[in-house]
Amino acid sequence: MKRLLSGNEAFARGSWEAGVTVASGYPGTPSTEITETFAKFPGVYAEWAPNEKVALDTAIGAAYAGQRAFCTMKHVGLNVAADALFAAAMTGVEGGLVIVSADDPGMHSSQNEQDNRQYARFARIPCLDPADSQEAHDFALVAYNISEQFDTPVLFRMTTRVCHTTSPVEVNEQRLQPRPTIKFPRNPPKYVMMPANARKRHVIIETRIQELAQFAEAFSGNQVEMRSRELGIITGGIAYQYAREVFPDASVLKLGMVYPLPVKLIRRFAEQVEKLIVLEELDPFIEDQVRLMGIELYKPLDAAISYPNTKTIFPVTGELNPAIVRLSAEKANLLPPASQKASMSQTALDLPARPPVLCPGCPHRGTFYVLHKLGLPINGDIGCYTLGITPPLNAIDTCGCMGEGIGVAHGAAIAGDQERHIAVIGDSTFFHTGIPALMNVAYNKSNVITIIMDNRVTGMTGHQENPGTGRTLQQKETTEVNIEQLVRALGIEKVRTVEAYDVDTIEKTLKEWLKTEEPAVLITQEECALLPSARQRWMPLAVTDKCNGCTVCFRIGCPAILKSDELDPKYNRPLAKIDPLLCTGCEICAQVCPRDAILFRNQIKPIAQEPVFSE
Amino acid sequence: MMNFPLINPLKQPVNILLVGVGGQGTILASNILAELGLRLGLDVKQAEIHGMSQRGGSVVSHLRWGEKVFSPIIPPGEADILLAFEKLEAARFSDHLRPGGIALINDHSINPMTVSAGLVEYPDHAQIQGILNHVTGHIYWINGLKIAEELGNTRTANVVLLGALSSLMTIDPTDWATVIQARLSAKVIEINLKAFQTGRQALRN
Ligand SMILES: Cc1ncc(C[n+]2csc(CCOP(=O)(O)OP(=O)(O)O)c2C)c(N)n1
Ligand code: SF4
Ligand code: SF4
Repeated sequence: MKRLLSGNEAFARGSWEAGVTVASGYPGTPSTEITETFAKFPGVYAEWAPNEKVALDTAIGAAYAGQRAFCTMKHVGLNVAADALFAAAMTGVEGGLVIVSADDPGMHSSQNEQDNRQYARFARIPCLDPADSQEAHDFALVAYNISEQFDTPVLFRMTTRVCHTTSPVEVNEQRLQPRPTIKFPRNPPKYVMMPANARKRHVIIETRIQELAQFAEAFSGNQVEMRSRELGIITGGIAYQYAREVFPDASVLKLGMVYPLPVKLIRRFAEQVEKLIVLEELDPFIEDQVRLMGIELYKPLDAAISYPNTKTIFPVTGELNPAIVRLSAEKANLLPPASQKASMSQTALDLPARPPVLCPGCPHRGTFYVLHKLGLPINGDIGCYTLGITPPLNAIDTCGCMGEGIGVAHGAAIAGDQERHIAVIGDSTFFHTGIPALMNVAYNKSNVITIIMDNRVTGMTGHQENPGTGRTLQQKETTEVNIEQLVRALGIEKVRTVEAYDVDTIEKTLKEWLKTEEPAVLITQEECALLPSARQRWMPLAVTDKCNGCTVCFRIGCPAILKSDELDPKYNRPLAKIDPLLCTGCEICAQVCPRDAILFRNQIKPIAQEPVFSE
Repeated sequence: MMNFPLINPLKQPVNILLVGVGGQGTILASNILAELGLRLGLDVKQAEIHGMSQRGGSVVSHLRWGEKVFSPIIPPGEADILLAFEKLEAARFSDHLRPGGIALINDHSINPMTVSAGLVEYPDHAQIQGILNHVTGHIYWINGLKIAEELGNTRTANVVLLGALSSLMTIDPTDWATVIQARLSAKVIEINLKAFQTGRQALRN
């Protein structure tokens, strides 16, 4: 019987059926649910590693030891793990090794939309690109076989719309027997990549990729679907769905393996159709290779290829959808101009936006309120706390990739920037790549002040465990990293841990440290307000009639603080009110209120019995 | 009150765009619709964007039923039904509705930060109605939250809306009940089935 699975769940299921026993990953949208799903199957080991490189090295080690293994990450994670990727490409493996890169065309939750199919070509390894959940499942089973048959890691490239689309999947009830444990290989020519060995391996991997190109000719995931011969479309991954939707009558060569390509199959297909086009999301990855084969692609009359963007017809940026594909095809005279245009109503564009904001009760809020007041340059990082950029806090000045904040602050400081730099970084990000950067601050002595915002969880990606939480992905108790001790061990002497809700202490500590020139680290600690244990403490606060609408509490940017319809009689300003359904009772607003008009938690119960406040 | 024939998913492909605000149960409703499609023997695709764990952002789920469904995304102008859990989001995604499609809207507003901070104004009911009128005359309002409150559990508002949605389609109510039961924990099944029934009657009155 078919069941509904997301692409992520389907890949996890397929891997389990393939007898995989080890998975390691680092969370990142849209990949996160793969390892989370896999962790719940019987007879498997699954973990969150501190970063993608460690995760990949772990999966490589398991594969060297003869087990089938996979490693998951979002697309930018493969940049972090690239060194390990190229190493494994050189050595090959014993047990099947699959590396999942979940790309994010359209940047729904990412800082770029790099096309990681390019990594396959770069590292000379095969790349599979499933088009839906069924294929994510079926290709998973095939991927481990390819890995073992050709002695190569396999890049499993997925995209947001495949990862996060649910569709019916036929699964196998039986799991393949996991591979037997072997004696760890003692094979230096293959596994010790010193130059003399590596030179020989390079020749081997170039031969391997040739053989894989031969394999691609007969690979069942590469399919020709002949319909009308007027138009032929070469496509792969999610773009296949748009090809079928927009050009129902066209012939299609659907590539399940997008690297290396089956040259003969493509040539035969090209000969059978009048016009040949390539439909793919992001880079002209297939398109460029087809042109290199000397195969002619259809060119609309006035479209010159404008190097270095060699993509024709379809856009090189952003996520595709049927509407964009249709519009591009119309412009290229592949389809007649549409009779029925989308009913874009102009008015819809002026509506108030609903951007993500720090939750009510978020432990990051108080720190950003203080940082906003200090007005110093703030080198941020990636996590919930990046939302410190949103008005009215406006307290992030740089943010590009995970772990960069401390290094960027250090660089600016040693370049002689006149202002003191403050780096802010989350706990998970600190473990990910912040530690070496902070070591550099201590070792090479700059005056950077680092704030580690320890909300006891990897928040942004949906609350995953990390080395600071004392629990593993499979819910085992474990040693908890003591961040303060770790920071001291790195050579930082000025270290202080404070409660993240204690706005006053945060402000005083920073102001005191600004008088010295030493590097310093402030750890602001408090559970993310959405964690189940934190939810149990939620308790809405209330505004009393002492409020005169001074607006100070609006400046902390809490969604639970509203402007009420009531005006202050003297100043004619709207009074503050608190939405009791949203407020968690973090007391940040109560601390900043200059008139003590917001009651603290311990003031609420006794007074609540005699109704005094205006709410 | 309904001046169009009931939608029969066995005879025509159906595209439903569900929109709401984080925490309203939009995705759960979409999951139920996906299971329902599978139960009816249809091909199904359900697509949404995860990742921003913060509360308060817009939530969109694309749900498609058909003999064979290709694209997971419903392009602008091609949704047969816009099921909105919040008014502003209904207006925001009105361009996804096909001309003459059905808008079924929870008569409930949640202020975004920009509004609660007093930077911009929340559009009034007439403005929202006007934006939707641009696209279709088939606009149905239902006060899901109020109905759910009267039933004694505000968290069933999403199922009230599913009940209302069911009254626009030919699908047998027992099929709905089966998938709703399968998706919820035993404790809350009874109240949710009641919410479904109440919602199912709501548009008829
Ligand atoms: C290289 C890389 N890996 C993963 C991600 C996805 N990602 C974004 S934020 C984040 C976690 C942040 O957690 P933490 O630092 O604890 O901050 P919080 O969100 O809890 O405030 C992750 C894993 C990324 N953007 N880049
Ligand atoms: S999920 Fe937690 S850390 Fe992230 S914004 Fe919300 S309260 Fe803050
Ligand atoms: S106590 Fe104040 S700042 Fe904290 S959640 Fe409630 S309203 Fe927001």
